[in-house]
Amino acid sequence: MPLEEIVSPTPEAPDAEVAARPAAIEVRNLVKTFEIPLKRVDSIKERVLHPLQGVQTRRLVALSDISFDVHRGEFFGIVGRNGTGKSTLLKILASIYRAEAGSIRMAGRVAPFIELGVGFNPDLTARENVILNGVLMGLRRDDAESRLEAVIEFAELEEFADLKLKNYSSGMLVRLAFAVMIQSDSDILLIDEVLAVGDAAFQQKCKDVFHEIRGSDRTVVLVTHDMSAVEQYCHRAMLLDGGDIVAIGDPDEVAHRYLRLNFAAPTADGEDGHPVAPDGAELLLLDAWVESAGERTTNVEQGAGIEFHAIFQAPADIPGPSFGFVINNAEGVEIGGFGLGLESAEGAPDVFPAGEQVHVRAKIANRLTAGRYAVQCWVHRNHSFAEPLIASPRILDFVVYGTDATVGLVDIIDEAGLTLGPKQ
Amino acid sequence: MSASSETLELREVRGPSALGGGTRRFWELLWLMSLTEFKRAYFGTVLGYFWSLLRPLMLFAVLLFVFTRIFRLGSAVENYPVLLLFNVVVFGFFQESTVSAVTSVVAQEGIVRKTQFPRLVIPLSIVLTGLMNLGLNLIAVFAFILAYGVAPMWTWLLLPVILLPLTMLTTAISMLLSALYVRFRDVLIIWTVAATVLFYGTPLLYPIEVAPEGLRAPMMVNPLAVIFEQARVWIIDPNAPTAAEAAGSVWRLIPALVIFVGVCVLGWRVFTREAPRIAEAL
Repeated sequence: MPLEEIVSPTPEAPDAEVAARPAAIEVRNLVKTFEIPLKRVDSIKERVLHPLQGVQTRRLVALSDISFDVHRGEFFGIVGRNGTGKSTLLKILASIYRAEAGSIRMAGRVAPFIELGVGFNPDLTARENVILNGVLMGLRRDDAESRLEAVIEFAELEEFADLKLKNYSSGMLVRLAFAVMIQSDSDILLIDEVLAVGDAAFQQKCKDVFHEIRGSDRTVVLVTHDMSAVEQYCHRAMLLDGGDIVAIGDPDEVAHRYLRLNFAAPTADGEDGHPVAPDGAELLLLDAWVESAGERTTNVEQGAGIEFHAIFQAPADIPGPSFGFVINNAEGVEIGGFGLGLESAEGAPDVFPAGEQVHVRAKIANRLTAGRYAVQCWVHRNHSFAEPLIASPRILDFVVYGTDATVGLVDIIDEAGLTLGPKQ
Repeated sequence: MSASSETLELREVRGPSALGGGTRRFWELLWLMSLTEFKRAYFGTVLGYFWSLLRPLMLFAVLLFVFTRIFRLGSAVENYPVLLLFNVVVFGFFQESTVSAVTSVVAQEGIVRKTQFPRLVIPLSIVLTGLMNLGLNLIAVFAFILAYGVAPMWTWLLLPVILLPLTMLTTAISMLLSALYVRFRDVLIIWTVAATVLFYGTPLLYPIEVAPEGLRAPMMVNPLAVIFEQARVWIIDPNAPTAAEAAGSVWRLIPALVIFVGVCVLGWRVFTREAPRIAEAL
């Protein structure tokens, strides 16, 4: 796919100002391939028994010759489907993986946050862990010590600072880990999908911090699937697919390209004679979002109503379209879903006319337990599974948060109680 | 507050390595990780330290019983009980450090795959924790030695000359094994057996003199044998044969020296070669 430089239609002043700053990260012709052994030889015994048998490997190109710059103070998003090289790129920037070819230059101290709370030791107190984690993340020890109080305060854990981590709740752990990240005070932050943590109040605090960082001198590279985060925080974003940069520039545009890419039809090449839309898709996803209390969001409180929306457009007539959606939890278990044909809308013909739009809408009884959820989508022609237009593993992510200790996948309990009385 | 005060220049990023990230950061990390592990072991339980001393002491008690009451080997050796105690404690440092180092890099998978830091810190921190442990244990051992009636000798001051090559050897083997274990999981089994072979093959439980004349020179090819034999002369019994005497002549110590240097170089080479790839191989 050719690289498109997307120019923001209405460039805001601050963004233009950021783009004029010097580069904080400069990546040139970066290549990374993995040698995946077809048969893993992991003992000396096997090596000795079969000395002549070379290890057969398959080459997997994770990043093929990519170049880009990130400016100082920029909030830069990297998006893409699973397995398209986003996390590999972040790990190379973080010096965890070694690049095969190409060069990377960075200005300033780098703190990678591939995961929250790396190196946390449950047998140590919060104070000790904050220092250990800080040093692991590249702080000098005296810096880590001088930041300790600020971290504890941000995490709102003053009373528990001397408690061992094994006695912490998962929410407290996440708050502590996030606070370490925020307070790490490095010039370049590399963050992999760590938004959406903690309760509503803490999330608001995190959002405020991100906005603050957005306006500061610190450079952030954020890898995420959360398009609302891209649109909210990023000055620029980059879409990776198959190890290539597909698009780079205005975050809204990149987010939409990502959604469209996610919806790329399995027959997009048109090899079996289907009419193909100009950009290769027979069906376009214009937008998809989750709504709660009338606002677009990716974080919904337990029990609060959830609405799901998606808007499609067909470049050419599609006869007998049917739309199917399934909600999966983080383990990939299907929680529920629905399927609709266009004829179910009263009086509508059983065809999706070219140029018109279909707005799919669903209201979900939110009995979901706290956790991360993904929405899958299928669209078929002629109501037949044999004629798929779209089969997307994941078009939307959302998080349900809350503190109700519910057991299982969904909360099915309406009322539960005990009565104590004499034997009858 | 962060960047503005420093001058920020674009600098080449070279990827992961055994040492990368600056000397200061290396030592800070090493110290912090060792201290953390040490604290965890000793402050976790009230009797923490006593438990860790109890282990070599129990082994010592069993061996002392076997070799003085059953084999009656010990009665012919000057100060046998304290020699045995010293050897068991010091060899314990070598054995425990190397065995726990084997799995250390893999066990720290979480931080290896998710942070950027000098990989060498992991096996080194195991050895350093072992050294702290040894330091405490040696205080107890010297108390025993004095209580047993051995008069203090000026050669006690040469203890660092004993511990330095031992620590180097321990470190080199730890580096070698921890890097190999990432690829070959049977290294742990192999090394556990090899460490037991070394325990019996090194003159720890018995003095070198009881070995047949023809076997002594081959036994002294083992660098550990040289270290422990010399320790015996300096710490416990000045009349015991020195390492050179046990081997036959000073020149016969050369094979041990060659092996010692070879192991150190091999450990360094293998670890630095593997370090950049460890995160991907895990």
